[in-house]
Amino acid sequence: MIEEKKKRPPTGQFITTQFNLLLGWARKFSLFHYPFVTACCGMEYMSAACAHFDIDRFGAGWTRFSPRQSDMLLVVGTITHKEAPVLRTVYDQMTEPKWVIAFGTCAVSGGIYDNYAVVQGIDQIIPVDVYIPGCPPRPETVLDGLLKLQEKIQHQDQDWRWKKKRS
Amino acid sequence: MEEKTILERLREEFPAGVKDTLTSLGDEVAVIDKEALLQVATFLRDGPAEFAMLLDLTCVDYAGEEPRFEMVYHLFSLSRNRRLRIKTRLGESDLRIASLTSLWKNADWLEREVYDLFGVHFEGHPYLRRLFMYEGFEGHPLRKDYPLRRRQPLIRLKE
Repeated sequence: MIEEKKKRPPTGQFITTQFNLLLGWARKFSLFHYPFVTACCGMEYMSAACAHFDIDRFGAGWTRFSPRQSDMLLVVGTITHKEAPVLRTVYDQMTEPKWVIAFGTCAVSGGIYDNYAVVQGIDQIIPVDVYIPGCPPRPETVLDGLLKLQEKIQHQDQDWRWKKKRS
Repeated sequence: MEEKTILERLREEFPAGVKDTLTSLGDEVAVIDKEALLQVATFLRDGPAEFAMLLDLTCVDYAGEEPRFEMVYHLFSLSRNRRLRIKTRLGESDLRIASLTSLWKNADWLEREVYDLFGVHFEGHPYLRRLFMYEGFEGHPLRKDYPLRRRQPLIRLKE
């Protein structure tokens, strides 16, 4: 009987799901990220991205150095007022759907640099989805932040008809 | 040639320009008049002391004192492994001093930094423009009277 089943390919097997959930599942495991690295947190980003901690395990392994090809913006490090227009432009160039991670205390809140030059948190310039604290954050914290973002993507309303939005 | 003698030589060469010489934390310090800076620096670089390298050039704001600003130059002699510090005071009303770009190339950016953050004008500098802060930035942020909470964002910030 078992031998019989092995010979024939399974038929009539299907799963039911919602299109929204399916799209979320696909999107959360295919994050192309753009690293906007400005400061020392970049070392921790490299550590998280390379083989030891390997964010590729979570589907975010492909680094794109063009904002137009990426959908996850990693803001890694201190953002100054001089650099703020650049970051804003990079964010605007990314195509929808897009998500932003503030990586490290400086990107989250300005960190120790409460002075004339530094933006006090990138959420003053662009919307942020996940904040990863730490100065710098350990790679485990980064992975935790990535999982949090995946959870958010899975459960959000997947707007997929970008050019056909109802008014 | 020993350090003591270089300070002595400086006093001999520039009796009017060199105001004071002292030793501080193991380094020789010459306090000079700002008008004599270019001549003293030329002598130190080309003379027997051979201070071929300008390590650093910076400014200190002693708010409330007069003269208010102090320029500090750190020189290093590669051939003799010796350091020398030159200090000179600048009044707030006349924030001008000779540029050292003709002697040491790296003075270019260092002087632009001091101009940016303190507002000191370097006469003879080829391209005196802000180095760190952006165009349209008002004031000089490392002065003690720059408001602590003053921000000059280039784009509109969300609250």
